[in-house]
Amino acid sequence: MSTEALPQLKAKDFASDQDVRWCPGCGDYAILAQVKKVMPELGIPREKMVFVSGIGCSSRFPYYMNTYGFHSIHGRAPAVATGIKVANPELTVWVVTGDGDGLSIGGNHLIHAIRRNLDVNILLFNNRIYGLTKGQYSPTSELGKKTKSTPMGSVDNPIHPLSIAIGAEASFVARTIDRNVQHMAEVLRRAAAHRGTAFIEIYQNCNIFNDGAFFYASEKDQKHDTTLYLEHGKPMIFGEKKDKGIRLNGMEPEIVSLADGSMKEDDLLFHDEKSPEPSLAYLLSRMRYPEFPEPVGVLRSVDQPRFEIGIQDQVDQAIAKRGRGTLEDLLNAGDTWMIED
Amino acid sequence: MDKQEATTTTMATQTADKPIEELSDVTVRFAGDSGDGMQLTGGQFTRTSAIFGNDISTFPDFPAEIRAPAGSLAGVSGFQVHFSNCDVHTPGDMVDTLVVFNPAALKVNIGDVREGGIIIANDESFGKTDLRKAGYDQNPLEDGSITKQKVHRVPVSRLTREALKDSKLGTKQVERCKNFFALGLVSWLYGRPLEPTLQWIDQKFGKNPDVAEANRLVLKAGHAYGETCELFHSSYRVSKATLPPGKYRRISGNEAVSLGIIAASHQSGKDLFYGSYPITPASDILHHLSGYKHYGVKTFQAEDEIAAVTASLGASFAGDFAVTGTSGPGLALKAEAIGLGVMTELPLVIINVQRGGPSTGLPTKTEQADLLQAMYGRNGECPVAVLAASSPADCFYAAIEAGRIAMTHMTPVILLTDGYIANGEEPWAIPNPADLAKINVVHTTETNSNGNGEGDGFLPYKRDENLVRPWAIPGTPELQHRIGGLEKQDVTGNVNYEPANHEHMINTRARKIELIANDIPAQEVMGPEQGDLLVLGWGGTAGAIRSAVERVQQQGRSVAHAHIKYLNPFPRNLGQLLANYKKVLIPELNSGQLRLLIRAEYLVDAISLNKVQGKPFLISEIETKINQVLANE
Ligand code: SF4
Repeated sequence: MSTEALPQLKAKDFASDQDVRWCPGCGDYAILAQVKKVMPELGIPREKMVFVSGIGCSSRFPYYMNTYGFHSIHGRAPAVATGIKVANPELTVWVVTGDGDGLSIGGNHLIHAIRRNLDVNILLFNNRIYGLTKGQYSPTSELGKKTKSTPMGSVDNPIHPLSIAIGAEASFVARTIDRNVQHMAEVLRRAAAHRGTAFIEIYQNCNIFNDGAFFYASEKDQKHDTTLYLEHGKPMIFGEKKDKGIRLNGMEPEIVSLADGSMKEDDLLFHDEKSPEPSLAYLLSRMRYPEFPEPVGVLRSVDQPRFEIGIQDQVDQAIAKRGRGTLEDLLNAGDTWMIED
Repeated sequence: MDKQEATTTTMATQTADKPIEELSDVTVRFAGDSGDGMQLTGGQFTRTSAIFGNDISTFPDFPAEIRAPAGSLAGVSGFQVHFSNCDVHTPGDMVDTLVVFNPAALKVNIGDVREGGIIIANDESFGKTDLRKAGYDQNPLEDGSITKQKVHRVPVSRLTREALKDSKLGTKQVERCKNFFALGLVSWLYGRPLEPTLQWIDQKFGKNPDVAEANRLVLKAGHAYGETCELFHSSYRVSKATLPPGKYRRISGNEAVSLGIIAASHQSGKDLFYGSYPITPASDILHHLSGYKHYGVKTFQAEDEIAAVTASLGASFAGDFAVTGTSGPGLALKAEAIGLGVMTELPLVIINVQRGGPSTGLPTKTEQADLLQAMYGRNGECPVAVLAASSPADCFYAAIEAGRIAMTHMTPVILLTDGYIANGEEPWAIPNPADLAKINVVHTTETNSNGNGEGDGFLPYKRDENLVRPWAIPGTPELQHRIGGLEKQDVTGNVNYEPANHEHMINTRARKIELIANDIPAQEVMGPEQGDLLVLGWGGTAGAIRSAVERVQQQGRSVAHAHIKYLNPFPRNLGQLLANYKKVLIPELNSGQLRLLIRAEYLVDAISLNKVQGKPFLISEIETKINQVLANE
């Protein structure tokens, strides 16, 4: 390996020559900016990075990155990424998907990539709507959502990305918000450092078809009471004055007040992102607005065996044990016999 | 049955006890419940015959259900083997000896036994209940209804029990040995040595010495029974075949295709990625390949067909030789992703082991009904190269060829095989590795812009003289580029929706596939280069067509056989070739799909012979049709 220092790259070095074509004001811009900002910090050369996507507004992402990129078909990005990573485990692979792409048409692949713990980073831009097809409700849209395809309101329960990821026992699960760019950058750094599947749900505003879907979590006047920023090893406290907390009552979380002194920090639930059991992370993923503040940050981060390494190890073991196969051996195996002249 | 009468010379040689008749070729079918071990029995008999030096061709035929109700017609599993002292191309039209383990097996198979053929029945499984399950009112072995074949009633189960009276095995395990009795008996009948099977038993059951010993005893008991009992007045011999000299092995199509893609990986210096989802009858390819990890083979059992193909495309993008395998329903699911492969112009081999359709259809039966799906079964105008293998051993060469075309022309290639050649076996003259051509794959490492306003830096869609774009893989400095399913500008590969560009790209993709015709051999013909009739086939019907054409040729008729391996593009000389004959007959195991293509492409009024029964052609069916067509001149 070369010991030469890598040239110091900047965010703009990760921009491709293509014009970005999202609607003005779309939350996707903020995410692109943060990804471009964080990439140079990773010390990985651009040619070793691959961005893979499916179909949807978010899936245009790879075209805007000066890395290798594959804009695939609807829902299949995790599967494409699986092939890329297995073929060359040295590549750093980012999957960009949305709520429709990743959880409707591509739900199966998402779940299986996660349970295999493939070493990729999956960014799921959740805007709770179909943007590219102009505004139908999505699998994460709230019950009763009125859209072009549901004029009387949707009648299906939404799917919750974090619960799905944790249900599939993802080794790294986090949530961040397009409008909290510093937090997003930090979560991206954490995801990049994690070995195994890093699943990140990003609340993303679609200002055209679902404007304000997450304002409760992003806007100054509300966000303190509606979000719970997680810190490993710290008690779960939220509220503008840090005067509210989450406590476990039996198996259920409950909101308690720290204001009157009857509750102390030690009575609260402490976050443990490293717990080998996913139960706490799952419980957190089920804390939903408006009943609860929604957790933001890293819900889970544990070490688990990785898929592509497992595959490569078996190949290496087979070669170590039997020697690299030759054509001669390949062709002459099994029951053979000679026909003489 | 004409085959044997035409080719058999009866040389009744008197040995010590019983006379031995010399035959040129024999077809034996073992049939019973799917739990009776018929595939194993047939497989062993085949192995012994191959090692003995006969030419062989096999046809395993089993139900889709793993264990259909015992004794039912639906649960009958069969294994047919044709062995000979000459070149054979099919598993045999008619059965000379049928071994049946129950009434259902008799009912399903008796129609295929030639007049004067032998039926060996396990007498004890013809009880009242067994008969009722098969829908017999009376015992066909007793009621005189079988008049055209010689029936031998053998109490296989009882004799097996007797042979094992000292064994430690339980009743059920003893019962399970009965197929070895039948194998021993048939081995005697055709003078097959027992040694290969005895050795195999040692290998297979070595860890379980009681079972091994029981199987050995029962096998020998079956053999001795043939020798001593009064039922069989003579036995038969089929001497070694006069195959070209060399080293041989038995091979099935699924195994050959697996070896072929490993060979292609080896010859191209690229690691193999095989993505697949279990599906009958293609799963064996996944099984075989997963045992070759020491060849750098990475197998990926995907969550579904779509993941199998899209992961393969990802692996191809990253620089592996990527292959996905499936059967008809799976090919339908892969269609969109194959389109992505066409758009991104990545190498990818898609193996389709065809089975009876539509929908789930006949999973374990053969058919050739996916040709049009392979050609056209995608949205938009989406050409891919299409190849078809013609026999179990040909699957090896066809797989290498599919890999070569995919990697050197940067395109998805669909390789069609079918259940018949995938599961069937034949002897294969093992090629010398040195005779296999290298596949020259280049991964671009340099930017390719000439600076003349065509764009800067690396241009992923800048083509060579064959319209092939460069294969630059992630990890290569300075060649970062993005590909995807949206229409792209030629040369730069940037997303582009301009009308003229779209038409240009549609034409370019089509032309790129057409140009492969410069890189494939001319179509060969067996028989006269012009004449009255050309029988044109593709895929697994090769053996039956060839045998039928040879028979008619022997009668002095002007008939030739051409078998197309390259279905898209067709070989350059095919049009001219078709014009050299007064008539063209196309036998297919579908309703006329190649015929449609040939008519459309060459305006030739080809005649069809179609069969869609989930079964391969009999030689006689094609022969009859050829004679009919020739008679209507
Ligand atoms: S439709 Fe919505 S999600 Fe899509 S680009 Fe426009 S604002 Fe963004």
